[in-house]
Amino acid sequence: MKLEEFQAKKLFSRSGIPIPEGSMVTTAEEARETAGKIGCPVVVKAQVQTGGRGKAGGVKLAQSPEEAQQRASEILGMDIKGHKVKRLLVDPAVDIRGELYAGITVDRNKKAPVMMVSPAGGVDIEEVARTTPEKITFQRIDPLMGLQLFEAKRLAFGLFDEKKKALATAGILTRLWSCFRDCDASLAEINPLAELADGGIIALDAKIVLDDNAMYRHPDLKEMRLPTPDEEKELLAKSKGLSYVQLEGEIGCMVNGAGLAMATMDLIKHLGGRPANFLDIGGSSNPQKVIDAMELLVSDPNVRVIFINVFGGITRCDDVANGLVEALGQLELDLPLVVRLTGTNEDQGREILANAGITAVTDMTEGASKALELASAGGGERA
Amino acid sequence: MSILIDKDTRVIVQGLGRDGSFHAAQMLEYGTNVVGGVHPGRGGETESGFPVFNDCRAAVESTGADCSVLFVPAGFAADAIMEAADAGIGLVVAISEGIPVLDMTRVTEVLQRKGTRLVGPNCPGLISPGRCKVGIMPGAIFEEGRIGVVSRSGTLTYQVVRHVTDSDLGQSTAVGMGGDPVTGLGFIDYLELFEKDDQTEAVVLVGEIGGTAEERAAEFVKASMSKPVVSFIVGRTAPPGKRMGHAGAIISGGSGTAEAKVAALTENDVPVADTTEQIVQLLQDELGGR
Repeated sequence: MKLEEFQAKKLFSRSGIPIPEGSMVTTAEEARETAGKIGCPVVVKAQVQTGGRGKAGGVKLAQSPEEAQQRASEILGMDIKGHKVKRLLVDPAVDIRGELYAGITVDRNKKAPVMMVSPAGGVDIEEVARTTPEKITFQRIDPLMGLQLFEAKRLAFGLFDEKKKALATAGILTRLWSCFRDCDASLAEINPLAELADGGIIALDAKIVLDDNAMYRHPDLKEMRLPTPDEEKELLAKSKGLSYVQLEGEIGCMVNGAGLAMATMDLIKHLGGRPANFLDIGGSSNPQKVIDAMELLVSDPNVRVIFINVFGGITRCDDVANGLVEALGQLELDLPLVVRLTGTNEDQGREILANAGITAVTDMTEGASKALELASAGGGERA
Repeated sequence: MSILIDKDTRVIVQGLGRDGSFHAAQMLEYGTNVVGGVHPGRGGETESGFPVFNDCRAAVESTGADCSVLFVPAGFAADAIMEAADAGIGLVVAISEGIPVLDMTRVTEVLQRKGTRLVGPNCPGLISPGRCKVGIMPGAIFEEGRIGVVSRSGTLTYQVVRHVTDSDLGQSTAVGMGGDPVTGLGFIDYLELFEKDDQTEAVVLVGEIGGTAEERAAEFVKASMSKPVVSFIVGRTAPPGKRMGHAGAIISGGSGTAEAKVAALTENDVPVADTTEQIVQLLQDELGGR
């Protein structure tokens, strides 16, 4: 779960990390009022869950409240990498002497959180890692002890010789760790961490990604979710126990298991077709889940054929077949359907489907090829 | 032999809810030596012929269990894994899905100190066909044989195993290491075990997008393995930034792509199958009619 900058800054501020005292607004009018209140110049910043908004023209300086209003009206509604701008952050502009970087993520290989700092801030850290990796310093954080002050100080003195600035930075790094830990984040990033003309150190931007698996114990954070249109569909699916990601093809897929679902998409592409989605229905043969999944697939206007790929493990094929027959009885499906059913009790499962007039194949490639044929023949092409 | 589990493995089941009870019975039916269960508040009861205890330490003291399989809900699973390690269990298999990643960083740190090995979480478990099943996979699709299988997935493992069984090569041990960003044992650990195992003649590595475990495994194969390894990678069609079901299956910042993994494997002379069917062909090529 990604947070927008204004939300991440709120969490930073709660943890004691200094940030510019700005406000989130949703109209150009409000942008003018806010600029008047906090004093110009201000920076008007698009709030989107993607990087590169500066290059896209989503961040503008304004010298007066009127200009802030003007800039805000230009940025609102803008499309940045497929994200429509609905919210802006109006921050006081500050006089910057240097831009640095500080971030924490979970390192899968080290199986621990890792803090990264760099004097090369203000640019994409992945770019820095590619071109000048020597400019990034890493510090593994002991998962049981947390980041120690001496570790933060060592990192900070690597960035600043001046004691005052180094200690201020060490304080920010320590608080960044607290924020990361307390929110169950999987990423917390300050880029840039700015050195100001007056000697202060401040977080000018903020990025936080929260661990979806931990949201059950953070109801307050869970409520901060601002889903993009794509995500709304994914969240709806999730609330029904389905894992869904929309793609752009025409073959709708329904699969049990995430790995097999990805393998199914890859196979369709390998055979020359295009999958319409990733959809994992999990290990249940509950007819309601099959109905929900079907409805989700049918709601995508690009889908011309549905390919169901089930490997019955503990979920028995006869149960899956019964669920499918029940689901089809409740839906008026106007799309051709290909079913691949194999695994535990597959013979009984196929018999149940046959009795309902559905032919099921046992081989995944055979099933996918058949779906491709139907799709290229037009399938259930819809107006 | 096999890796990690065999017919002498003494298994306790932690969490006897609907899933735990069902799979405990399934494991017994397969022939697994299930010696006890742990479910707080049900100590003293008997289920499917085995005794139930309130806590792991009591279960281990009474049954001599050396392996635990976990069906505990995500919010309590990290604690249950540490409880098993504290009780002296050497191998914990965590089926539970949805454990927060920071909990897992703490758990793996504790387990390392205790010397306990962890399979999973968010995994189907492992099976040494004909001898022992510790997990939720359908036993019937497996067959005792020569191939080690290690995978980040569940049903995809079944798909791959089905081909290996149909080809009569069979499996020494098949293990799903789990689909989370932080797991216990990783590809390299399993490859090391398969390399030392007499029964295993070749290994299938089934990877997916996210992280760089496959890349590091590829280097390990080239540097340290005498047995052939073939691979299969899923997620070639996954869009960046989207979590594909598994918490660990996400392409972020240009890293973790299927292309990078396929390239690294190929570079290190590990053949990569384009389809699941091709895996068997690659295995037969590598084994050269042996």
